[in-house]
Amino acid sequence: MPKITINGKEIEFEKGMTVLQACELADVEIPRFCYHEKLSIAGNCRMCLVEMEKSPKPIASCAMPAVEGMKIKTNSTLVEKARKGVMEFLLANHPLDCPVCDQGGECDLQDQSMYYGVDKSRFIENKRDVKEKYMGPLIKTQMTRCIHCTRCVRFATEVAGVPEIGAIGRGENMEITTYLEKSMESELSANVIDLCPVGALTSKPYAFEARPWELKKTESVDVMDAVGSNIRVDTYNWEVKRILPRLNNEINEEWISDKTRYSCDGLLKQRLDVPYIKKNNRLQKSSWDEALNLLVDKINSVQPNEIAGHIGDMINMENALSFKNFFKLLKSENLEFREKNFYINSDEKMNYIFNSSIAGIEDTDLILLVGTNPRHEASILNARIRKTFVQKKIPIFSIGNPGDLTYEYKIIGDSTEDIKKIVNKENDFSQKLLSVKKPIIIIGESALELKSGGYIFEEFKKFLIKNNLINENWNGLNILAQNASTVGLLDLKIIKDKKEKFSSFFDDLKNGKFKLLYLLGSDNLEFKKNDEFVVYQGSHGDRGAEIADLILPSATYTEQNGLYENLEGRIQECKKASYPIGEASEDWKIFNRIIKKLNLKVKTLNFDDLRKEVLKTVPNFSKINEIPKKSPIKTNNIETIFYNEKIFVRELDYYYTNSISRSSKTMSECRQIRQKIKKNGTNN
Amino acid sequence: MSVKKIHDNQPKEFKFSDENFKKVEEILKRYPEKNKKSAVMPLLYLAQRQNDNWIPLAAMKYIANYLAMPYISVYEVATFYTMYNLAPVGKHFIQVCTTTPCLLRGADKIVKLCKENISPNENEISKKGNCSWMEVECLGACVSAPMVQINDDYYEDLDEKSTKEILISLINDKPLKPGSYRGRKNTSPEKILISNEEKHA
Repeated sequence: MPKITINGKEIEFEKGMTVLQACELADVEIPRFCYHEKLSIAGNCRMCLVEMEKSPKPIASCAMPAVEGMKIKTNSTLVEKARKGVMEFLLANHPLDCPVCDQGGECDLQDQSMYYGVDKSRFIENKRDVKEKYMGPLIKTQMTRCIHCTRCVRFATEVAGVPEIGAIGRGENMEITTYLEKSMESELSANVIDLCPVGALTSKPYAFEARPWELKKTESVDVMDAVGSNIRVDTYNWEVKRILPRLNNEINEEWISDKTRYSCDGLLKQRLDVPYIKKNNRLQKSSWDEALNLLVDKINSVQPNEIAGHIGDMINMENALSFKNFFKLLKSENLEFREKNFYINSDEKMNYIFNSSIAGIEDTDLILLVGTNPRHEASILNARIRKTFVQKKIPIFSIGNPGDLTYEYKIIGDSTEDIKKIVNKENDFSQKLLSVKKPIIIIGESALELKSGGYIFEEFKKFLIKNNLINENWNGLNILAQNASTVGLLDLKIIKDKKEKFSSFFDDLKNGKFKLLYLLGSDNLEFKKNDEFVVYQGSHGDRGAEIADLILPSATYTEQNGLYENLEGRIQECKKASYPIGEASEDWKIFNRIIKKLNLKVKTLNFDDLRKEVLKTVPNFSKINEIPKKSPIKTNNIETIFYNEKIFVRELDYYYTNSISRSSKTMSECRQIRQKIKKNGTNN
Repeated sequence: MSVKKIHDNQPKEFKFSDENFKKVEEILKRYPEKNKKSAVMPLLYLAQRQNDNWIPLAAMKYIANYLAMPYISVYEVATFYTMYNLAPVGKHFIQVCTTTPCLLRGADKIVKLCKENISPNENEISKKGNCSWMEVECLGACVSAPMVQINDDYYEDLDEKSTKEILISLINDKPLKPGSYRGRKNTSPEKILISNEEKHA
């Protein structure tokens, strides 16, 4: 490996690194504004100047490739003077409004000016003033503060794939803006707020809410989709003030989706804080005792097989297990978690997870999407596909039309007939598929919902195994789960073997066979209510609570500990950042109370026991935060029936997918703009 | 000079004329197929020529679609260069050079005259509706400073008197001839050329 001398210390670096990266290897901190690891190099802020031997001028270390034998100095007087000069220029036009700036306390410019700033200004002219720009309901702008690092421009173009931000004008008059001041049409737009090193782009919903040092920070995971993005939840007393991404290169890198970030104001609204009982067709507040007595009476008055339970999209594994144990005590087997009846084969773990792993997308050489729109179903995963597309120009194909995915792809069919042709090698595409080594096939729930959902999955699996495209090193047959709870609940065997293909739950529900329906945080189950008694246990007054006869208030994901399994089968811990509102309580505690009321005389499990049991139950479990162990590949001969059907990609109401985002004011605004109801803030 | 503003009244549609389309094809031939967006500058200029010396938004969108570029990129280019006008200009469009050599030779007086005779502010159409003016950076004719560019022609070696005459001729739609206003031919020295030999004779 080549060597470079930094401040007299010789270190080895990898070929292709820049001087700045080499300095980081040597634990030398270089100040920077425009440079960002995940973005292309711009080299326009000049803050990273260092001294290089034999160079008369200091060099911009972020843009200079490191070369064998280079001698770099970062602590000389020349460097310090150069940086001071750059800082003075940056501050020439930057307003000194830190006391009223939301970035204060976490501002790169503020921090670095502590080291390199001069205490007085030699600039006597007026500072330039730039008008605020409209960038949508999430991003608040104060463009006078902009130092033109162009990180936001590069993010929008490179990562988000929506080239809508740009720098107009030139020289002193350069301004950063979206095209004609329209809002940014991206699910990742708010990441520019984190990227902005100054207070030019700040968070609109969080404006003037709190200072960073007042907030309690809790490292947690997201449950808005099945990706399991790593987040940091910032709370002020009970309130969740904001949600920020945590770096995890395996999953979300440094980004999170807008829904993850901004549905947190939904945690404060529409909350259920006390039990409610429906009396005279109106929900009325009641006490826990009254509510539980009513529930126990109802349970005792119906047959066990007339009791059914449905688990929602954001339920953690401990609560789900506790619910399952509770239903076992009730001797009912009618448990379900799917919102629509889609095909899933839960014989082994590889049948229902994203086998290639999210980071593994970068190794692929071909991607086929089957009935899925990853942009809306898993925005972060889509960003990874885009990254791979941009870097390696891999071919991407789709069966079914998902719309704009921010990268180019080719639609090669829209019906199950096309899939039949592929697996029977009657199609040009099968040749293409056979000619590559690491193909990825992503099957979405829209495809699995079809009558031939089983056919699609099992035939693809047979095809790939037969042609050695699923082997010890590579398994690219991926299921894209939509909900945070899906994979975990499959691991807990919530649905029984017999029923998993096409369960009778949905038929029974339709035919009104159930007398008592217990919805555990389940808001997206679509059914016509007959005369069943509906119990809704959840956090928000949403669709589930609307039809409920009895409401038991429980905690949201930020208010309790719990394990979630993301679509890769990676188990991650969601941590308690706040506490449940009012009389609400954790779900498992509620079940224990009901069991006590039922006088069943069994030992109830506490949280630690539940967690132990969960980890014992999960197949292929390796470690927390790690992807599951691989199991040997088995050829199975499940015969499935083929139907000739059209594959539609179900349109997802992106900003309104769960009860928290539906309660969020910010999400509603985004949705309205998406639907073009609101005028776009431009004169055009 | 400040960032150029988009004009409020925008035409809905823009399309290259047949004649210009031939030019577009010619221009595109200069660049490799995969780098066809390099043609954005000549195309913008062509659009400006076609549309009374200014580029409407529709033309920017049209060019962006034509070259498969994001709208914002074309917009960035159009706002960067002073050569592109994003709002209507007068039939006689006066660009006054105010860079150092011209300024030293009295460009500020020309600017003052423009303010008095045409419009009090830059980029405003005159009362009669046929003229507008703006300050620009160096037009590369420092040797005959101060100077102005009116549409495609250079008017050089100006002083207050000649400038006023020119401006009035423009307002009356009878533009004077371009060239030096001190009787110079091209950029030759001002006095009659004397070689060393003649001087010492």
